[in-house]
Amino acid sequence: MQMLGKHLLSAGDLDRAQALMILDTTAELASVTERSVKKLPTLRGRTVVNLFFEDSTRTRLSFELAAKRLSADVITFSAKGSSVSKGESLKDTALTLEAMGADAVIVRHGASGAPYRLATAGWIDGSVINAGDGTHEHPTQALLDAYTLRSHICGGQGDLQGVHVVIVGDVLHSRVARSNVLLLHTLGAEVTLVAPPTLIPVGVESWPCSVSYHLDDALMQADAVMMLRVQAERMAGSYFPSTLEYSRLYGLDAPRLELLKDRAIVMHPGPMNRGLEISADVADSSRAVIVEQVANGVNVRMACLYLLLGGAGSQAGGD
Amino acid sequence: MGAVVLRGGAPYGLDPHDIVIDDGVITAMTPSNQSGSNALPAEGVELELDASGCTVIPGLVDLHTHLREPGREDAETIATGSQAAAMGGFTCVHAMANTSPVADTAGVVEQVWRRGVEAGIVDVRPVGAVTVGLKGEQLAELGAMASSAASVRVFSDDGLCVHDPLLMRRALEYVKTFDGVVAQHAQDPRLTEAAQMNEGALSARLGLAGWPAVAEEAIIARDVLLAEHVGSRLHVCHVSTAGSVEVIRWAKTRGIPVTAEVTPHHLLLTEELVESFDPIYKVNPPLRRAEDVHALREAVVEGTIDIIATDHAPHPREDKDCEWAAAAMGMVGLETALGIAVEVFIESGLLTWRDLADRMSTIPARIGQVADQGMPIAPGSAANITVWDPSPQGPLEVDALVGKSGNSPYLGRQMPGTVRHVLFRGRPSVVDGALA
Repeated sequence: MQMLGKHLLSAGDLDRAQALMILDTTAELASVTERSVKKLPTLRGRTVVNLFFEDSTRTRLSFELAAKRLSADVITFSAKGSSVSKGESLKDTALTLEAMGADAVIVRHGASGAPYRLATAGWIDGSVINAGDGTHEHPTQALLDAYTLRSHICGGQGDLQGVHVVIVGDVLHSRVARSNVLLLHTLGAEVTLVAPPTLIPVGVESWPCSVSYHLDDALMQADAVMMLRVQAERMAGSYFPSTLEYSRLYGLDAPRLELLKDRAIVMHPGPMNRGLEISADVADSSRAVIVEQVANGVNVRMACLYLLLGGAGSQAGGD
Repeated sequence: MGAVVLRGGAPYGLDPHDIVIDDGVITAMTPSNQSGSNALPAEGVELELDASGCTVIPGLVDLHTHLREPGREDAETIATGSQAAAMGGFTCVHAMANTSPVADTAGVVEQVWRRGVEAGIVDVRPVGAVTVGLKGEQLAELGAMASSAASVRVFSDDGLCVHDPLLMRRALEYVKTFDGVVAQHAQDPRLTEAAQMNEGALSARLGLAGWPAVAEEAIIARDVLLAEHVGSRLHVCHVSTAGSVEVIRWAKTRGIPVTAEVTPHHLLLTEELVESFDPIYKVNPPLRRAEDVHALREAVVEGTIDIIATDHAPHPREDKDCEWAAAAMGMVGLETALGIAVEVFIESGLLTWRDLADRMSTIPARIGQVADQGMPIAPGSAANITVWDPSPQGPLEVDALVGKSGNSPYLGRQMPGTVRHVLFRGRPSVVDGALA
């Protein structure tokens, strides 16, 4: 049980064995989700805080449900307006949560590295789980993506050796892409990032993946294609000339779907911009596993909470 | 006061001497091993300071200090900043103009200057803003500030870049009237919008918006060409990249009258520290790569970069006790500058003490045109003197910093020595490592 560290901050912190342990635990917990009483007593009496400085209904609900299914007491702290906008400071919020006796803090924050500050500044004692920080990382998203890939392409077992994943879109601003590149590489997958050069970070050469500016070429190799959300406001930053041009060059539509291998799947972390990075017919096609990703998200987050908190202080087993 | 005798210290780390200071001036120097106290005035000696085992250099001159007063007295005041400066071995600091109100009128610079005189332990030389309110739209009253009691000679919008090329040209031309110098904070604003750290592999991984080297280098390239075109002096603040060094080297080869500074932190620390997301390492310009640090050291040694300047930037605790993006940029540096310089240049043998004294005292005094500062340790010089004690120190503790703010990246670091005594215009400002 002590194989995971105290916190889950970056997908890069997980080695292959740890990542596999989370995926295997997810598979076990998934069977609970299929029962009529979807609840385990593992985290009874433990307090899990959802600390969301950014709106993210789906991630918040997913974590909330995961913690509740493990019988934890869950409270949600929506601190809109972070200290960046001169609200209550991260520190004061953390001290408040500490005073309330939080065993785990699940944090979503608009500033890259905010979960690191929570974990290392000495403000709180509990575990910190990064639920998305700025343009940095979103490790549980990468885990649920890996789980989804594994169940579709690898028969639900082992790692992702030899699986080719193409990630398309605003890599520069995407925490999903960063965490996925790290985790998928750890699990043996081959990753290709596809985006216009303006949306690829300077320094990407050091990442364990390849980069292409041409979607069609990349699609033909893919076992899975992951479309990233493109925010229309990026246009104001001159990252691309128009949403129409973006959609034409980097959007996944029905004709492009034809380029994929027979069994290749289409993924999206949500929320989607239908008609921008993904067309409606692709989003609704049989290849899309987007809804399944959401379901897997709950199980993966249960596994993370279980493994991070399930050790000391909990009563093992059910009664 | 009567005469002061500084006994047994080694000027520039050479042979030990006894130095007599009277009426603010060095009046006599005799080699210690031949002297006996009878070589010195028997009468009127008011204070004897033991400097044996220590190195004696001219009092340090900082061309780039943020004293925060007026406006942010919670971070630093002219009095506390003067104390920090003295404890760091400085006898003169240049107070940057980005205060509130901005030092863009004769009234504000005179106030800063007077507060410095009142504090009375270092020369506080106000830097005047180049543009009104640092807004980059309209020249401030440079002439009025130059002819004020503060006799400002250095002008800078530091914190912000004088980005408009026409305005920069005009400022460079205008300060020729009184042989002033424009000190440019070289940062293209469009290329650094929301920038958080050096742009490169690490910023890509950490998901922090990048501050590309080109945003500094492009402005320096433009400005040296402007300086050449109009025949004016240019000073470049806090150079941080290897590319900037190349541009400045090229400009100097061409005979363009450009000088440049580098901070101690850019000579020592690298961007890897940002991985901790601890905002103590957040500074502008950002910490760069090891290659940059190497190039900057080389540039100081060869003289391409003329001086070391602190960019002492105090911030109250709450401005660093937060997430990276919300944190203020800057580090305090007055108290640690000499120690870091000793570690980087003296202990490595890259520079002699005389070379270092040039770069931290004589040349900055010349650039800032400060009378009586940066003079050699020799009879007849004004007695602005710093005595460096090379005994190894314990880890730096925040309580050891006398300035108002503790945002030093060196807390916990072993410093290679300490400032033992400082004389400011012949009067002790620091004695035995404590404020006199």
